[in-house]
Amino acid sequence: MIHSLFLINCSGDIFLEKHWKSVVSQSVCDYFFEAQEKAADVENVPPVISTPHHYLISIYRDKLFFVSVIQTEVPPLFVIEFLHRVADTFQDYFGECSEAAIKDNVVIVYELLEEMLDNGFPLATESNILKELIKPPTILRSVVNSITGSSNVGDTLPTGQLSNIPWRRAGVKYTNNEAYFDVVEEIDAIIDKSGSTVFAEIQGVIDACIKLSGMPDLSLSFMNPRLLDDVSFHPCIRFKRWESERVLSFIPPDGNFRLISYRVSSQNLVAIPVYVKHSISFKENSSCGRFDITIGPKQNMGKTIEGITVTVHMPKVVLNMNLTPTQGSYTFDPVTKVQPLQIKSTNMGCGENYTTKAPKS
Amino acid sequence: MLDTNKDSLKLEAMKRIVAMIARGKNASDLFPAVVKNVACKNIEVKKLVYVYLVRYAEEQQDLALLSISTFQRGLKDPNQLIRASALRVLSSIRVPIIAPIMMLAIKEAASDMSPYVRKTAAHAIPKLYSLDSDQKDQLIEVIEKLLADKTTLVAGSVVMAFEEVCPERIDLIHKNYRKLCNLLIDVEEWGQVVIISMLTRYARTQFLSPTQNESLLEESPEKAFYGSEEDEAKGPGSGEAATAALPARKPYVMDPDHRLLLRNTKPLLQSRSAAVVMAVAQLYFHLAPKAEVGVIAKALLEVLTNLANETNIPTVLREFQTYIRSMDKDFVAATIQAIGRCATNIGRVRDTCLNGLVQLLSNRDELVVAESVVVIKKLLQMQPAQHEEIIKHLAKLTDNIQVPMARASILWLIGEYCEHVPKIAPDVLRKMAKSFTAEEDIVKLQVINLAAKLYLTNSKQTKLLTQYVLSLAKYDQNYDIRDRARFTRQLIVPSEQGGAFSRHAKKLFLAPKPAPVLESSFKDRDHFQLGSLSHLLNAKATGYQELPDWPEEAPDPSVRNVEEEDLSLIETRVGLLGGYTEVPEWTKCSSRERRKEKEKPFYSDSEGESGPTESADSEPESESESDSESGSGASSSESDNEDQDEDEEEDKGRGSASEQSEGEGEKTKKRKKGSEGAGEGSSSDDDSDSSSDSSESEETSETEEEQAEAAAWRRKTPPSSKSTPAAKEISLLDLEDFTPPSVQPVSPATVVSASLVADLEGLTLTDSSLVPSLLSPVSSAGRQELLHRVAGEGLAVDYAFSRQPFSGDPHMVSVHIYFSNSSDTPIRGLRVGTPKLPAGISIQEFPEIESLAPGESATAVLGINFCDSTQAANFQLCTQTRQFYVCIQPPVGELMAPVFMSENEFKKEQGKLMGMNEITEKLVLPDCCWSDHAVVQRVTATAHLGRVPCGTSEEYRFAGRTLSSGSLVLLTLDARPAGAAQLTVNSEKMVIGTMLVKDVIQALTQ
Repeated sequence: MIHSLFLINCSGDIFLEKHWKSVVSQSVCDYFFEAQEKAADVENVPPVISTPHHYLISIYRDKLFFVSVIQTEVPPLFVIEFLHRVADTFQDYFGECSEAAIKDNVVIVYELLEEMLDNGFPLATESNILKELIKPPTILRSVVNSITGSSNVGDTLPTGQLSNIPWRRAGVKYTNNEAYFDVVEEIDAIIDKSGSTVFAEIQGVIDACIKLSGMPDLSLSFMNPRLLDDVSFHPCIRFKRWESERVLSFIPPDGNFRLISYRVSSQNLVAIPVYVKHSISFKENSSCGRFDITIGPKQNMGKTIEGITVTVHMPKVVLNMNLTPTQGSYTFDPVTKVQPLQIKSTNMGCGENYTTKAPKS
Repeated sequence: MLDTNKDSLKLEAMKRIVAMIARGKNASDLFPAVVKNVACKNIEVKKLVYVYLVRYAEEQQDLALLSISTFQRGLKDPNQLIRASALRVLSSIRVPIIAPIMMLAIKEAASDMSPYVRKTAAHAIPKLYSLDSDQKDQLIEVIEKLLADKTTLVAGSVVMAFEEVCPERIDLIHKNYRKLCNLLIDVEEWGQVVIISMLTRYARTQFLSPTQNESLLEESPEKAFYGSEEDEAKGPGSGEAATAALPARKPYVMDPDHRLLLRNTKPLLQSRSAAVVMAVAQLYFHLAPKAEVGVIAKALLEVLTNLANETNIPTVLREFQTYIRSMDKDFVAATIQAIGRCATNIGRVRDTCLNGLVQLLSNRDELVVAESVVVIKKLLQMQPAQHEEIIKHLAKLTDNIQVPMARASILWLIGEYCEHVPKIAPDVLRKMAKSFTAEEDIVKLQVINLAAKLYLTNSKQTKLLTQYVLSLAKYDQNYDIRDRARFTRQLIVPSEQGGAFSRHAKKLFLAPKPAPVLESSFKDRDHFQLGSLSHLLNAKATGYQELPDWPEEAPDPSVRNVEEEDLSLIETRVGLLGGYTEVPEWTKCSSRERRKEKEKPFYSDSEGESGPTESADSEPESESESDSESGSGASSSESDNEDQDEDEEEDKGRGSASEQSEGEGEKTKKRKKGSEGAGEGSSSDDDSDSSSDSSESEETSETEEEQAEAAAWRRKTPPSSKSTPAAKEISLLDLEDFTPPSVQPVSPATVVSASLVADLEGLTLTDSSLVPSLLSPVSSAGRQELLHRVAGEGLAVDYAFSRQPFSGDPHMVSVHIYFSNSSDTPIRGLRVGTPKLPAGISIQEFPEIESLAPGESATAVLGINFCDSTQAANFQLCTQTRQFYVCIQPPVGELMAPVFMSENEFKKEQGKLMGMNEITEKLVLPDCCWSDHAVVQRVTATAHLGRVPCGTSEEYRFAGRTLSSGSLVLLTLDARPAGAAQLTVNSEKMVIGTMLVKDVIQALTQ
């Protein structure tokens, strides 16, 4: 299925390659570079590129391109999903998925890739299993290793691999048993000229960090589960229970993982915590114009809103701009062709701000 | 460093080497040094050496062989991880010489204790296969063995191996199908994707298409199919009752295994992996009945955004409204087009869209208006007649709009629907004529069009105007416009030579045009499996496997039967989906077992299953026929019954035929000319002139071409709206059917045309069989044409179901065949030639008719054993010189013979044929069927049944036996005074029963 993987940084260097079947020459990436040049934006590189002998499927994560080479028919989403899983694993192991981190830990990366894919087909992708096979690097462990000569690589088969719940390893022990849940919601909204909402929809995820001993069995219930549309679950969740009672019941993996992701559709009248008004006016006989944005909290929400960031994508024709925010700080980058303007404010009042994304706390 | 004894130094060295490999630098020089360390005790060093080996072994095969013995030792290691990794590396070394060793290792590992090692073995199979494909047979054995494995861990990998090595050996799946379905949910997500796509293919080959009977399926509550497992667990009885009730009502029964697959994959829609969701979606797309697709589409909105459905459309429209107010003109235009697309695809909102667009017409901006007009034009085409107001409004706008495309569109609209706006149209033409010279070319063309159309519909008012416009156009600078003007003038203005044309000009200009189809560019990719790489690229990728079409007949479902012990041994899982430890009813185990119990009765009567499948096969045919029949009812039945007036009929036919052909636009006309060849040799020069004109203008002028294309398109695709296109379709067929000898005189009827005629006959035959002929209640079908005298070169053959027992064999249906010779030479040696018959059908030939003199007729009796199916009997009629392919398709009612029984006997027999064998339908009897006589006549005309005496007056009973198998067919009609009635058919042959119900209802409600 997946023949080879190339990691490419933004400047076009191939800094890591891994082959699971016969070696595919680096030159295959030229097709990718070609497509990259054509695309206006780094994020707009077509995910599937067809070349005479191979197909390239790529993702863009954290300023890195993961380009996989395949030769035969395979569901593209399968490959894309796997590449994301690889990136997630790196993130999990090294704290960040950057070129530097990967270069520093190239051996571990290699060992990981070797375990994750066998002959192009995914073998072990659960982070819990991988961590037993290949221990993540820590300062303490590297010190211990250099003294005792023990290795980072586990020599027994992880228990999870064979059990019915591959995501959880056996014999977990914590002195403090804790479980944390983060609810992250992204509201996509379209607000028209007069300030009223045309369309609003929430994409939400619940991320969990579970540090519990033994084999905990948790259930999580919602006040109003009806709101959640298009839920997608971590495999640990019992679907039957959700279907019948709308309760999330699961034996969690150890550590960080994404429990569910969901959508609250526009039919449920998503309330936006802020209001936005804007006006654009152009001066007669001049190339200048004025652009005002007013943003403020909606009173009825009853919660304070913090950490608002406003990003305005100016069209390419804008040469320069003067900003006068009533609150907060701003940056303006005239160099990149997509000239974003960022205004940060710590506390919400009234100001010339404008929002597209508002992470709720 | 590699040569030292210290592991830490070795490790350090290996790390550096691996880093080199990672950067793509060549490290092959170090091969000998590295290989030495393969036996190193340190597991990390060992792993890195493995990495190195796998990378370079191909280049240095001889040296790589040195390491083999280490792996062989590793394969015996007590640690399963080491066993597995040894096998992995061994199989990853691409050295052909070691293929036999690999084979041995794989075989051994396939029966390893540890599922992990078995999984690795499954992975190794495609590796070995790509290295040495000669081992295929042995590998398939291993795959077969591994497929029987019961752990979730192995399932995904082995299916992957199966797909790569032997995707054609679908028979290997049979035994494991149910197991895979049940395991599916517990398999890791990567495996799920592979298994689902494999099962999709499998299901396409093994099950019947559920979409054939979608309308019926939609009626049934979804619950019955997808009753969640708890429902079944709680009350297996009720679940069973529901499923048992289904087959009784439905002619199509979804194979329980098929249902099992659909049900088991449904929860996977909630998977976190997009790939799995996509795989399930494609599975549903390809396998599920239409009704289900809607459900899934809703769940997948964000994945398949181009599946806009009715629920999300208001939102989208609201969004569009905002966009329209945008400043950016191009954006607005694009938005309007998008609205148009939405409106085309989703009928419910069409009016809303139209209203919105009409509002836009009063927009100040001209571009917006123009764009709206173009879209409105397309929309109006889809439902004309109701929108006079809009057209009037548009007509007013012509004064203001300057964008040529919009002006042209408006003119076209007015011309097209000039009958709806009789007052305004001439006025518009007057205005346009005034400004004709100043217009753009595209507008001018439309002005000519409009003038021509008006001239035809309303020549009094517009005659002068039209001539004025045409003469203006004659001296236009653009040759295209000049051509068009000349062409139009020839067509519409009556003159001595062009008289034939002007008669049909109206048909030509005012032919109903099919609505345009606005669709996105993804439409043409349907032939690829959804969500596959090929689908995305719209090109066939290597290794892409075509999704097979649904099979005609369902293969035997019993092949999937497995020993019960097998299933109960399946590992149950504490975790996912139903494995809730505290409440035992929910555990996977119990629900599975219950399901197993439930399944058992299904599979035991596989005989009953095969019944409905046949009906599902024949269903669509007869449906479509009845569709077309309803459209053309009058014409076809007329032609069938009035044999004596054939000559007149033919004249009429010719008239309508030629009209029709011209109505179809120039293309058809040209085609006809070509095909008829010498037949039209008498046509004048002028004729060919204008037709060449037409072909020229066709190439150049956009709209004309559009129309012609549309006409061609219309004939290719099945009619979208029932009434008019269906009628057209039929009259088209009549055209060929009735082509009289004078038009097609000498050209010998080729085999192709003969078979075409045979096809047509098959169609007309069933048409009329559904229409009960009131003249002879005994044999409904009357005489039907088997071979037309044109196709038969003077030999005309009709046939009729005589409803008399066939003397030779009581299982045969006797068919009377009437020959008549209308040629001037005698026909000799008439007999039945080698029949090509479907399985089970046999024909008793009639004695050869030695000679048939001109003008003479003869009769023969043919016996056909249709084996209780409505499959057509195809055979050849041979004369001494020629062979004609003909086919006889029996209406279902002719496959039986009446039985006389008493009321008590009837009731007793009916009691035996309950459940699956009973088919009930409700209907409303029309007024004309309220009398006893009418009902009995209609029923007996449709089906060859005998009436059974009955105590009450509101119930009619009929009984018969099928000819071939002698199974009883009991028909009960329970008619209530108000006209509501219930029709029940009890028969062992469910296919027959279902079709009979349909036919009888058709006969009664007409």
